Amino acid sequence: MPWTAGDDVIEVVRAPKPGPVRASYRAFGETLRGLKTTFARLVEGPKTIQYPEEKVAVYPRFRGRHKLHRFEDTGLEKCVGCSLCAAACPADCIRVVAAENTPENRVSAGERYAAVYEINLSRCIFCGYCEIACPFDAITMGHDYEMSDYNRGDLIFTKEMLLAEPLDRTPLRNAGE
Amino acid sequence: MTLATVGYYEPWWMQVLKALVIFAVVFQLVPIVLLAERKVLGRFQHRYGPNRVGPFGLLQPMADIGKLIFKQQFRPRTAVAWLFALAPAISMMTAVATIAIIPFSNTVDIFGTRVGLYGLDPSIGILYAFAFGAIAFYGLMLGGWASGSKYSFLGAMRGAAQLISYEVAQGLSLVGVIMMAGSLSLTEIVNAQSHLPYIIPQFVGFIVFLVAGFAETNRPPFDLPEADAELVGGYNTEYGGGRFAGYFAAEYLNIIVVSAITSTLFLGGWMLPWVNPPTWVDPFVVLAKTLILVFFFFWVRATLPRLRYDQLMSLGWKIFLPLATLNALVTATLVVVT
Repeated sequence: MPWTAGDDVIEVVRAPKPGPVRASYRAFGETLRGLKTTFARLVEGPKTIQYPEEKVAVYPRFRGRHKLHRFEDTGLEKCVGCSLCAAACPADCIRVVAAENTPENRVSAGERYAAVYEINLSRCIFCGYCEIACPFDAITMGHDYEMSDYNRGDLIFTKEMLLAEPLDRTPLRNAGE
Repeated sequence: MTLATVGYYEPWWMQVLKALVIFAVVFQLVPIVLLAERKVLGRFQHRYGPNRVGPFGLLQPMADIGKLIFKQQFRPRTAVAWLFALAPAISMMTAVATIAIIPFSNTVDIFGTRVGLYGLDPSIGILYAFAFGAIAFYGLMLGGWASGSKYSFLGAMRGAAQLISYEVAQGLSLVGVIMMAGSLSLTEIVNAQSHLPYIIPQFVGFIVFLVAGFAETNRPPFDLPEADAELVGGYNTEYGGGRFAGYFAAEYLNIIVVSAITSTLFLGGWMLPWVNPPTWVDPFVVLAKTLILVFFFFWVRATLPRLRYDQLMSLGWKIFLPLATLNALVTATLVVVT
């Protein structure tokens, strides 16, 4: 089919141009409506959470700073130094050096234990893969998200730091909140 | 209702004293308005605004001004040095000078001396404000030109075009008020509003004057000379530190001045409807009306988006100028007929 210019032009249907009265009402009335809208926001009051004093509660599955766990009854570490977390880590921020448990020096419940367990939190992307990879639930993601520090070196968390109970400063969201 | 005495002059020492008091009071309003704008604008956006420096953030303007004043004075190599320094001073000076004609009350007896609670009451009255408004345009224009930067100059040209466009409409919108009062003197105009503030018979004039006032003070939605979202800063691009603070203070002083003049011309100045308070209340009535209008400035800023440049020009020339002219014509006819 030959194409002729103007065939595919669709006439745009526009609303009729407002007359002077309607146009001025539109300009003036809509401005007043806008003023009313903003004033309603003023009346509602601020919704700000004053951060350092008030904190947003986190959800139970929030992925914050990692925690290492011990068995509650024996006090032995759950981590057996298998390095699966380090293998799963996409940011490559976990370093595990394993050592053998001996009868005199029993650290973990398994054959081996993590002599060195470091997480470089300046690299960590908080994906939670380490938690999933761990066969003994030895590492979990906590609720702590205030981890800023003055030196990069201070962000490399050692095993002792990860085993210690975090300062309980993150409020947890209640059910239904 | 006490009537104002027009054209009354006190001894010189009283005038100096008056000037100092009025300057001190109105200049104190600048940091207050500065903070109030940020806090009110915050509330409009569901937030608190500054509340960290001092109790309730009350020391925030002091911190801001202190920071600006102690900054290094930078000047581009191509700038004209003395004009570059003079331009913000012109802006400040004209803004401050306009305060002089705002009447806060009638002539009153203070310790046996008759004092008019206004800086001065010249026979040219409101024209004095327009004269200084025209000089204020030099502050802006010279600031942009003397910076020696083409962007500053473009910003200054844009600002100048806007000021000139709206000054015409603003001047014409007042003609109705002046005809009804039969005087240019601001005390006389307030006097003539003892029965009915001019906002009711001169509503069109009030709207045109107020909107033109927004444009004259470079406030949103007419803040094209600065347009902080799109441009670096228009005519004050090259300014920093104390000189920028000068421009900034001049802008806020202009807001206060335009609000005060509007409340004088249209809202009845120190007079209140139905009640007749004692004389010492009068200055506070004027201040209250002024601050309500200043709040309206913030309210509009929180509401309306910035106009496009052609919209700005067509609004000024095609709508407000004919509207103000029509208002003047109708008022003139009615004044003659009745």
